[in-house]
Amino acid sequence: MKTRDIFTVYFKELRDTLRDRRTIITMFVLPTILMPTLIFGFGFIASKVVRQARAETPTIMILGAASSSAVRSALEAHPRIRVVPAADDYRTRISDKTLRAAVELPDDFDAALARGEPAQVRIYYYEGELKSGFAAGELDRFFRDYREKTLQARLDSRGLPATLLRPFDVTRQNVAPPEKVGGNLIGGFIPYIIILLCFTGAMYPAMDLTAGEKERGTMETILCSPVGRTELLLGKFLMVLTGSLSTVVLAGVSSAITIPLGGLLFSRGGGAAAAASAAASGGTMPLIDPLGLLACFVMVLPVAVLFAAAIFTLALFAKSYKEAQSTVSPLIVVVILPALAAMLPGVELNAKLALVPLLNVSLVCKELVSGVFQWDLLALIFGSTCVYAAGALALAVRMFNREDVIFRT
Amino acid sequence: MIDARHLTKVFHDKKRGEIRAVDDVSFRCEPGRIYGLLGANGAGKTTTLRLLATLLKPTAGDATVAGFGVATAPERVRASLGFLAASTALYGRLTARETIAYFGQLNGMDDALIAARTKLLADELEMHDFLDRRVDKFSTGMKQKTSIARTLIHDPAVLIFDEPTLGLDVMAARTIVRFVRDCRARGKTVIYSTHIMSEVEKLCDAIGIIHDGRLLATGTLEELRIAYAESDLEEIFVKVVTGAGKAAA
Ligand SMILES: Nc1ncnc2c1ncn2[C@@H]1O[C@H](COP(=O)(O)OP(=O)(O)OP(=O)(O)O)[C@@H](O)[C@H]1O
Ligand SMILES: [Mg+2]
Repeated sequence: MKTRDIFTVYFKELRDTLRDRRTIITMFVLPTILMPTLIFGFGFIASKVVRQARAETPTIMILGAASSSAVRSALEAHPRIRVVPAADDYRTRISDKTLRAAVELPDDFDAALARGEPAQVRIYYYEGELKSGFAAGELDRFFRDYREKTLQARLDSRGLPATLLRPFDVTRQNVAPPEKVGGNLIGGFIPYIIILLCFTGAMYPAMDLTAGEKERGTMETILCSPVGRTELLLGKFLMVLTGSLSTVVLAGVSSAITIPLGGLLFSRGGGAAAAASAAASGGTMPLIDPLGLLACFVMVLPVAVLFAAAIFTLALFAKSYKEAQSTVSPLIVVVILPALAAMLPGVELNAKLALVPLLNVSLVCKELVSGVFQWDLLALIFGSTCVYAAGALALAVRMFNREDVIFRT
Repeated sequence: MIDARHLTKVFHDKKRGEIRAVDDVSFRCEPGRIYGLLGANGAGKTTTLRLLATLLKPTAGDATVAGFGVATAPERVRASLGFLAASTALYGRLTARETIAYFGQLNGMDDALIAARTKLLADELEMHDFLDRRVDKFSTGMKQKTSIARTLIHDPAVLIFDEPTLGLDVMAARTIVRFVRDCRARGKTVIYSTHIMSEVEKLCDAIGIIHDGRLLATGTLEELRIAYAESDLEEIFVKVVTGAGKAAA
């Protein structure tokens, strides 16, 4: 094996690739802007929508309660809702979003309460509509308070203590460290993104250096130079690996910069309301164990080799770039499925799953970002992935030496 | 020098079944001579040359190129030859100089030697104007010159040309023909495949007519003229491939 030749090929391919606009965009530009776009774009829109919805005082309608001025005036005095005159078309107006919610009370609501008789309160709203939901929530809270007060008054009038109806209190206390909470929220998502980027980063150079070369007629030119087939393959393979890893690293660096920045921006810029709304929309900036994140990248190394070799082998069979695209693209499903499966709640890492390619890395990365290091499983996963990667690379070498693959007609 | 002995190549095609693209082909080509391989489309020219260039492995038979066996020392065979075909394209995103240097490096040359050879070839081929421009912006003639330079960078003893004038205009084709003659003058072993009779008449010292993978007639142009009692190569070719037989036989 001539190492010099491998690097000659590698540096030539690197130079060639760096001059290809299509590959540059998928390898460098997309991964760099992906995370910032997701974080700022999504975070910005989500917090803006929620903030707007919160800022608005919802209009509501009171139906019935004709002879119940007490509850009526309490509602009208409530600062966070605005009462409009009742009308029969309240349902259509809620659907049309000109009215956020309506509340229906019996005409003699006040009197029924005074007599201690049960009364029905019905809230009309539009399920799934954010602002309508807020209005309904506001009404809900108002009537719960109102009920509490009524209850308190009744107990007081009979000289009974409040604990009669509330014999004990239940609260839940979280004992997981904060990073574990953060890790679980976003932990499944990070390995998914890393693995996906690993794949897309390898995809374009792998297709370009195989099927693309066949299509352009340069494959035959290079094959009749003295360079050995294996050296040629390894040089090309290193380029594909570079594509895969640079994609991941660029995405990693750009997210490392934008995630804290995004957290700062959305929590400070919008004040407490924005922070609360971000929490409501599930957009909390998670606490990720930085050492674990680094370990994730190490665990992903053999995955990158596996992808590079696998895509390379597949694309080698194609006669043109287009054909390569149609054979390689479906592979993305094979990549996404195990990574998605790792996000399912309840899928826990064990020795058996540690041997399932991709799923094992996805699962262990989820643990790693939350700061959990299970060394024996880590070794098992790294080792088994290395074995799969070596197998894929050996297959690539074999296929590259087969003339019916290279000269397929 | 090239020595092919009973070269045979069988392809297995799903639709067409077994294809004997090259069938028991034997010939020799000495240094300082041009051997012309004449054949129609699908005759087996490209396959024969690919066997010699070790791009394909023979199903049976053997060949030596510059003394190295294609089966036993394929990398040394490739280091001793320059292969130029209509189908050997250039990397569009490299400049002419980078292209030439890449092939020099793969031939184990050091930078100083590559620079010196590049200058020499660029002088001879009048390439200095476009040496540092990207190949994908080149005219066909400029590409052709770059291809010649990358074929010759390591000064190989054997040169293999597979229909090198395919798709070229008269002027570009003449450049090639002149350059092939130069190679002979420098004592190279040259093998030249084509289906164009006039090129063979102009260039070749020995001719092999190949049809359906079989070498049906070999000899100098004079020998073939006598054997088939025809002066026109095209008539000889038709007689050979239709099996009309030799006049004297
Ligand atoms: N890789 C391959 N797989 C299957 N069949 C092939 C392959 N390469 C060539 N053939 C077949 O072998 C035969 C000889 O082809 P070859 O390319 O050597 O002919 P040629 O003389 O160079 O013709 P042309 O003038 O068209 O270039 C043809 O029938 C061709 O279809
Ligand atoms: Mg041909």
